[in-house]
Amino acid sequence: MSKVIPINPTQEFKARTRHVLNDPAQRQNFRGAMDFLQAKRRAQFPDPEELQTLRELGSQIRRYSLANLARLLEQLEANLTANGVQVHWAQTPDEANAIALQIARRVQAKRIIKGKSMVSEEIGFNHAMQAAGIEAFESDMGEYIVQLAGEAPSHIIMPAIHKTKQDIAHLFEQEVPGVSYTEDVDALIQIGRRVLRHKFAEADIGLSGVNVAVAETGTLCLVENEGNGRMCTTVPRVHIAITGIEKVVERLEHVPPILSLLTRSATGQPVTTYVNMISRPRQPGEKDGPQEVHLILLDNGRTQAYVDLELRETLKCIRCGACMNHCPVYARVGGHAYGTTYPGPIGAIISPHLLGLETTYPLAFASTLCGACAEVCPVKIPITDLLVRLRNEAQARPDTEDASLRGSGAARSVAQAMVWSVWSQVYSRSGLYKLASWFMSRGRALSPSDQGAWTHSRIPLVPAPKRLRDLIREHVDKK
Amino acid sequence: MSARDQILQRLRSSPKALNTVVPDVARWYDAHRAYADPAQHVQRLRQALEAVKTEVLEVTDDNWVSALLDVAAAKGLRQILIGQGTAHGEALAQKASAGLQIVRYEQPIEAWQTRLFDGIDASLTLARGALAQTGSLILWPTPAEPRLMSLVPSLHFVLLDANTIHADLLAAMTAEHWTDGMPTNALLICGPSKTADIQQTLAYGAHGPRELVVLIRHRVGGAA
Repeated sequence: MSKVIPINPTQEFKARTRHVLNDPAQRQNFRGAMDFLQAKRRAQFPDPEELQTLRELGSQIRRYSLANLARLLEQLEANLTANGVQVHWAQTPDEANAIALQIARRVQAKRIIKGKSMVSEEIGFNHAMQAAGIEAFESDMGEYIVQLAGEAPSHIIMPAIHKTKQDIAHLFEQEVPGVSYTEDVDALIQIGRRVLRHKFAEADIGLSGVNVAVAETGTLCLVENEGNGRMCTTVPRVHIAITGIEKVVERLEHVPPILSLLTRSATGQPVTTYVNMISRPRQPGEKDGPQEVHLILLDNGRTQAYVDLELRETLKCIRCGACMNHCPVYARVGGHAYGTTYPGPIGAIISPHLLGLETTYPLAFASTLCGACAEVCPVKIPITDLLVRLRNEAQARPDTEDASLRGSGAARSVAQAMVWSVWSQVYSRSGLYKLASWFMSRGRALSPSDQGAWTHSRIPLVPAPKRLRDLIREHVDKK
Repeated sequence: MSARDQILQRLRSSPKALNTVVPDVARWYDAHRAYADPAQHVQRLRQALEAVKTEVLEVTDDNWVSALLDVAAAKGLRQILIGQGTAHGEALAQKASAGLQIVRYEQPIEAWQTRLFDGIDASLTLARGALAQTGSLILWPTPAEPRLMSLVPSLHFVLLDANTIHADLLAAMTAEHWTDGMPTNALLICGPSKTADIQQTLAYGAHGPRELVVLIRHRVGGAA
C-alpha cells in the first residue's frame, strides 16, 4: 500500500501538541472545562426551533453587516466623531500600537489598565507598551492570572482555563506580596480584586475591546461579568477601545439577538452581569467617565478574507468560543498548542488571514472535520468548508487561481503532488485501476512496516488479499 | 493614501454579496417573545435576578425607604452614597439614622476618588427600567447619578419602579426610542459582579459590587 503522506505541519505545532498530549493533568483540565461549558450552553437552548431561527437571524445580521461594511464603518466613524469619540484606522498591528502609543505619550501616560481584548493580544499590545516604558496591566481575572504567570491565554473567553486552583494558589503565593497559599476560590478572587482595585485607580488609560459597534448611534457595546471592563472604560481619564473592522452592525436593534447568541453560546449565561454601551466621552456636568474616548479600527488581514465571498464568512464571527468548546481536537490539545492568539476552529480559519498561511496552515489540518464547530456556531459560519478551502489553498500550486491567499501553496510538496496526480490517473481510468488494484492485492507482502505517523500507535495498513471485484466474481461463480 | 482610505478601498473593490437578506429582528421577537404579558414581568424579573444572587424586595412608595434602611442595618452599613439632588436620594437621607452616613456624589471623581474606592460601603441609584427576560436592570447614569455609583461600592441598592419593566431589550429600546439619542453610557446590570475564571468556580464580588439589592417599587393602591 502507498506510504502515508504527512501533512507537513510545522515542527513547533507538532512539538507543542505532543507536549500537551503527554500532560495528563492539563488534558484533564481541558476535558473537564469543555464538558462544563458544553453542558451550560446546552441548557441555554432548550428549544431547538428557537435556537435554529435565532442562529439564522444572527447569521443574517452578520452577513448583512459585512455586505455593507464600508458604508457602516463610515457611518460608525461619522456618528462616533459627532459624539466626540476619536476614530483611528490601522492596517497592521504596528500601526495600531503606534496609534495607542501616540495617545499615551500625548497624555503622558505611565500605566494602562486593560479589560479583556483579544485584538490587543493579536497586536502584541502589552509588549509594545512595555518596550516604550509604559506598564500595561491585565484586569480580567483570567488574563491577570496568565499575565502573572508570564503566559498567553489558552481560551478566548476563559484565558486561564488550563490552570487549576492549585496552580493559581501557588502562583499568587509566589508572585503577590504578602499572600499565603490558599485554594479557596473566593479568597483567590478577593486577592485579585484587592490588587487590581489599586491598578484601576492609578491608571492613566483604560484599554478595552468591543463586542459590537453600532453604526446608527455610534455606540460601542461591551459585555462582561467582572466589572473590570466598566472600571477600565470609566475610571481612567482616557479610554482606548480597539476592535477588528468586522465588528460593526448597522442598527441598534441588531444588538439584542447578537448579545443573546453571544452570551448563551460562550458561557451558557442568558445575559452577562454587565452590558456596557458607550457612546461618548464625559460630557460637561458629568462627574466621572473618561475625558477622551478613542476607537482603533484594525484590519490586520481581515480584508484578505473579505475580498473572497466564501472566506468572508469567517468575519461573521462574534468570538463566543463555542466552536473550541465543542472541538474534539481543542479539547485534547488546548489553546497553547495552536501557537496563535485565536485557537481552536475559529483560530484555524482566521489566523491564516492575520498571520499568513505559510505559518498557520497546519491548523487547518488539525481537525477531524466532524462538523461540531459549524453545528454550534451561533452565526452559522461553515467552519468545516472553510477548513477544507484552506487545506486546498495550502496545497495549491503557486501562481494559479487556486492560490489566492498570502502563503498559499506553503504546504505543497512535489512528492505529495505526484502521489495525488498518480492517484487521480488511476482512479479515472478503469483499466489502469483494475491493473493497479491487482498488483496492490497480490503484492501486499511488500507493504512497509513503517507507515509514518499511522504506525506510531497502530498496526501497519495492508491491502486485502482479494479485491472487491475478485470477491464478487467468486460469489457469482458459486451460484 | 491613509490607512482608512486603503481599508475602505479594499472593501469597496471586493465582490458584492448576492442574496443578502435584510434581517427582520422585530418579526423574530414577535414570534418568540417569552414574557410579553406585563403581569408576568415582576415575577420573571425576580426569578432571573435571584438566580444570580440578588436580593429582591417588593416595596411601595410608602415603605421602600424603611425597607432599605432595614437591610442597611442588618448588613451593618456605615455609609451610603446617593446622587445629587435626586428625590429618592433625599427621601432616604431624610429618614436615615445617625449611624448611617449619607454621602452625596457632588464632586467630579478626581476630587474624591480615594474615598469612593476605600470609604463607601453602599450606594443607591434609580433604574430607568428593567428587562423581564434576562433580569437586567437598565441604568442610564446622569450627572446627578454618575457611572461609578453602580460599580465601586461593595453593595448597590437599585430602586426600580414596577411599571418600567419591559419584556426584553428589543422591547425596551423600541418603546423608549433609544435610537433618538443614546446617553454617554447605558448599562444593563444583572446581579453583583462575578467570575468563573478559576477552574469554572463561580465567585461573586470580582471587581464591582459584591452584593446587589433591588427594591421593586409598586404604586400604593395599584398593582404596579
